[in-house]
Amino acid sequence: MNLETFKWDVDADGIAHAIFDVPGRSMNTLTAKAIADIVAITNEVATNDEIKGLVISSGKPSGFCAGADLGEMNQSAGGSGKPAAEMSEAELKAAQFERGFILNKTLRELETCGKPVACALNGLALGGGLEVALACHYRVAANDNPKLQFGLPEAKIGLLPGAGGTQRLPRLIGVQAALPLILQGESFKADQALSMGVVGELVPSSETVAKAKEWVKANPNAKAPWDEKGFKMPGGQIHRSPGAGQVQSMANAMLIAKTYGNYPAQTNILSCVYEGQQVPIDAALRIETRYFIKTQQRPEAKAMIRSLFLSMQELSKGANRPAGHPKTEFSKIAVIGAGLMGAGIAYVQAKAGIPTVLVDVSKENAEKGKDYSRRIVEKDISRGKTTQEKGDALLERITTTDSYEDVKGADLVIEAVFENEELKAKITEMAEAVLADDAVMGSNTSTLPITGLAKASKRPENFIGIHFFSPVERMGLVEIISGKETSEATLAKAIDYVLAIRKTPISVNDFRGFYTSRCFGTYTQEGMHMLSEGIKPAIIENVGRQSGMPMGPLEVSDSVGLDTALKIGRASAAATGADIQKDTRMQFLAWLVEDQGRVGRKAGKGFYDYNEKGKPSGLWPDLNSRLDVKVDECPPELKKELTNRLLVRQAVEVARCFAEGVITDARDGDIGSILAWGFAPYTGGCCSYIDLIWGVDKFVEEADRLAAKYGERFAVPDMLREMAAKGESFYSRFPPAGSEAKAAA
Amino acid sequence: MADAYIYDAVRTPRGKGKASGSLHEITSLSLATQTLEAIRDRNELDTSYVDDVILGCVTPIGEQGSDIARVAALNAEYAETTAGVQVDRFCASGLEACNMAAAKVMVGEADMAIGGGVEAMSRVPMGANGGAWSTDPSVAIKTYFAPQGVGADTIATKWGFSRDDVDAYAVESQKRAAKAWEEGRFAKSIIPVKDQMGGIILDHDEHMRPSADMQSLAALQPSFAGMGAMGFDEVIKQRYPELEAINHVHHAGNSSGIVDGASAVLFGSKEMGEKHDLKPRARIRAMASIGSEPGIMLTGPSYVTEKALKKAGMEVGDIDLYELNEAFAAVVLRMMQALDIPHDKINVNGGAIAMGHPLGATGGMILGTMVDELERTGKETALITLCVGAGMGTATIIERI
Repeated sequence: MNLETFKWDVDADGIAHAIFDVPGRSMNTLTAKAIADIVAITNEVATNDEIKGLVISSGKPSGFCAGADLGEMNQSAGGSGKPAAEMSEAELKAAQFERGFILNKTLRELETCGKPVACALNGLALGGGLEVALACHYRVAANDNPKLQFGLPEAKIGLLPGAGGTQRLPRLIGVQAALPLILQGESFKADQALSMGVVGELVPSSETVAKAKEWVKANPNAKAPWDEKGFKMPGGQIHRSPGAGQVQSMANAMLIAKTYGNYPAQTNILSCVYEGQQVPIDAALRIETRYFIKTQQRPEAKAMIRSLFLSMQELSKGANRPAGHPKTEFSKIAVIGAGLMGAGIAYVQAKAGIPTVLVDVSKENAEKGKDYSRRIVEKDISRGKTTQEKGDALLERITTTDSYEDVKGADLVIEAVFENEELKAKITEMAEAVLADDAVMGSNTSTLPITGLAKASKRPENFIGIHFFSPVERMGLVEIISGKETSEATLAKAIDYVLAIRKTPISVNDFRGFYTSRCFGTYTQEGMHMLSEGIKPAIIENVGRQSGMPMGPLEVSDSVGLDTALKIGRASAAATGADIQKDTRMQFLAWLVEDQGRVGRKAGKGFYDYNEKGKPSGLWPDLNSRLDVKVDECPPELKKELTNRLLVRQAVEVARCFAEGVITDARDGDIGSILAWGFAPYTGGCCSYIDLIWGVDKFVEEADRLAAKYGERFAVPDMLREMAAKGESFYSRFPPAGSEAKAAA
Repeated sequence: MADAYIYDAVRTPRGKGKASGSLHEITSLSLATQTLEAIRDRNELDTSYVDDVILGCVTPIGEQGSDIARVAALNAEYAETTAGVQVDRFCASGLEACNMAAAKVMVGEADMAIGGGVEAMSRVPMGANGGAWSTDPSVAIKTYFAPQGVGADTIATKWGFSRDDVDAYAVESQKRAAKAWEEGRFAKSIIPVKDQMGGIILDHDEHMRPSADMQSLAALQPSFAGMGAMGFDEVIKQRYPELEAINHVHHAGNSSGIVDGASAVLFGSKEMGEKHDLKPRARIRAMASIGSEPGIMLTGPSYVTEKALKKAGMEVGDIDLYELNEAFAAVVLRMMQALDIPHDKINVNGGAIAMGHPLGATGGMILGTMVDELERTGKETALITLCVGAGMGTATIIERI
């Protein structure tokens, strides 16, 4: 047989062995070629009398298969034959179905080829990879590969498994066990796969193929369980078995509680499983394909694939790093300031294997900062996430000191002290006194202009902003801010650093508030506007969460600190000359902070009350009576209006950042908005929200409407009007440095 | 259009809806049959004049499946020509069946028709017939499906009824039901249920707990907090973002009881009554059904009441007696609040919190209760209504002859 992506042999017993091995790739994916090969293999097995059965395995040490080829998938939107524009709607739908059904059809033919088929899994099988394995009659997995993982992660990027996963997995392990795996997309290990019944047995990796062959020989008449007469869904079938209705009903509610229905993939997965289980597998697979296509065509899916998969991967590989500068290996990095941020930064560096010097005014303070790492390590050991040995090694990499002598020899210094320009300037001077000429000075500031801070530096071209988010060990984003004089080489180095600590960098320019701090505040400000309009706090908070934001705007305000919000509000009023006495919102905030001492979470009381663990126990019960609540009901029309205000306000600020040159790459805009301040992920980020969820022209229309109704804060920059007029999108006007994501747009 | 008159109304006592309940060993068919027999025998009916038997049944599967109305008519040895149809409007099925029977008389399709219902909840469990609304994500999600109890708790939260408020209502319901039984106020309608030998197996509502007080109710755990926490509170808050949290106040003691029972009401035209020498007891003034927001589910009664009043050209104050099925205490409290109905005009003889709610049968039962009560008190008009699954409401206005 002439196969491009599989190696092929037939042993003396007539057992064929197809080894999945896509040439030139480190990992197998289901390319169009691979699918064609599976068709050929199926035909050969079905028609060649010499062949008694088939074992499929992988030739890659990395595992079996990572699933569909998303790059290829995103480009195959066109189609063959007649151009889409010339098709009738019925023809178009039929063509879409045909294309979407290819893999389902292929795997179903494999499953019903009339001979036993087993799969030997030595490494990971995700998405389409697992779906291929599920279409085999039997699965053997390795018990000695800690990196082995199975899963259907499609939902995480806005898709649903489209190669039988939503149908075969529930038929194999029951709806109740299968639904969370498909809805959440979390991967699972070999032993879990065995206990759930996803695989038939676990053996050492050297024996998986032999075991699979053994099974094929012993089961010449193998069929999928669902092709046996009298097959019953394990755990019961909806509308047939008592209790199955409740499982479904509960699953629907639990999904809403998690996603508020914002993610079309998940709701379609529920429908797919619900409808599919009521019909035979062939009809079920057709249903799955229809929902797959329906999901794929949603703007959310396009946005999520582009941002959460493609852009995330690109940025995490340093796509926005200036070319032509050698990669920096860090032999020593100093962190100055052992407070919450500095302590966290020291931890992530040490975890990434980088020798770290943690400096504070006293050794004692520095040690306190190191305690942060000690606590995490201790917790991780107790939870089995790390070993004592690894934990000890991590802690050994952190040297504490009060002496700048120890900073000597560092490739990079991260200053992480209070937001005080003088203090920062002093530290820059002290550090540079001992640093080599090519060392980079980084400031972890969230608001202070880098160009200003760099004035204290002897080498402003080596000075850069490296803005971390709290808690450092959990937040995946780092915002890199180039000052006026920051060199490309320094930017490259800073990006190398962020990649070395396994975080995702975005690159922005030096304007007040940079990118993230500036936009982040708009969400809470809009919440405050609603409060001053007399909208009941519960409405503001619920609508905020239901719009896809991680917290309500008032809860975010509490986290930031209401005193801070008050300070910023007063400062901006002073700057614009607004009469603060007339601003009921500011008056209320001042009363909360100065009269009631409700300054936010840090005080255990703000808009919310907090328990001892710092978790909100509920909105302050007196809040409603202290406010002049005018709107205490929220019918769907109002909810839609408030949702749009909260999201559009943020996106308008992002658009302004692009117009002003704060940020120049649409990927940075999207990923930054999701990772830094939690902008509703189903939108793909603020840029994609404008590009795809609204469309630039419709977005401008909506923002104009809101501006007319609520004020200039919704006014879009002229740039956005120009984009709308020209039919441009963020991804066409601010294209990524690489071209891959651009093609996906 | 012709008038429709109520000539008679009967109901079985309500048996506890579990295996230990007295009616558990009596088939649904037998319950329905016995009410039809009673209507025939009490009125010495020539059943060949009964055009149709319409029975509400909410769980029409198994022994209640396949048109139990026609089967019960056959089993009661009605004339072969008497048709039968089973209807389902969830909790208002029995009242809907009566409204349909009345409507058939009014338009002249039937000269005489029986409405009513049957539900042996101990034998065919509630929910056993499944359904798309609670399960199919394509509709459940966009219409905020949540279990009724969560909806009732949402009503309590939204309109400010505390646990004490709903418990106090429940205590009063028990008191009123006990007094009504004591004074024989249900005597006209109750037909004792007979067993396989013809002996009496139940002659009173056995779900009642007249001794219930605030203290004993306070000991009961809320029934829907768990489901709420698992996700349904968030579902409801999607539609009612004004609620920070749902206050789960309902429990077994302030919600309707699960019971077995059947009801039948005889409707006919004026001429038919005269021809058979039957005394009309009440006239149908107006009938209505309505839909309201399905997530909170149980706010239909006030809306359908307004609709029916409008059709009758009446106002809230024109009605002497209101009967609203006590599905949950908050449902009644909300209706009283929304329409400003004093407590002494509504559910004067207690209701389903005390006596139970045999889903498909209840509408016919409470319609009969109102006919009896108008006659007992000499009052003129009554409005009967129920909250209904998926946000509906059904109502009937009657006036005493």
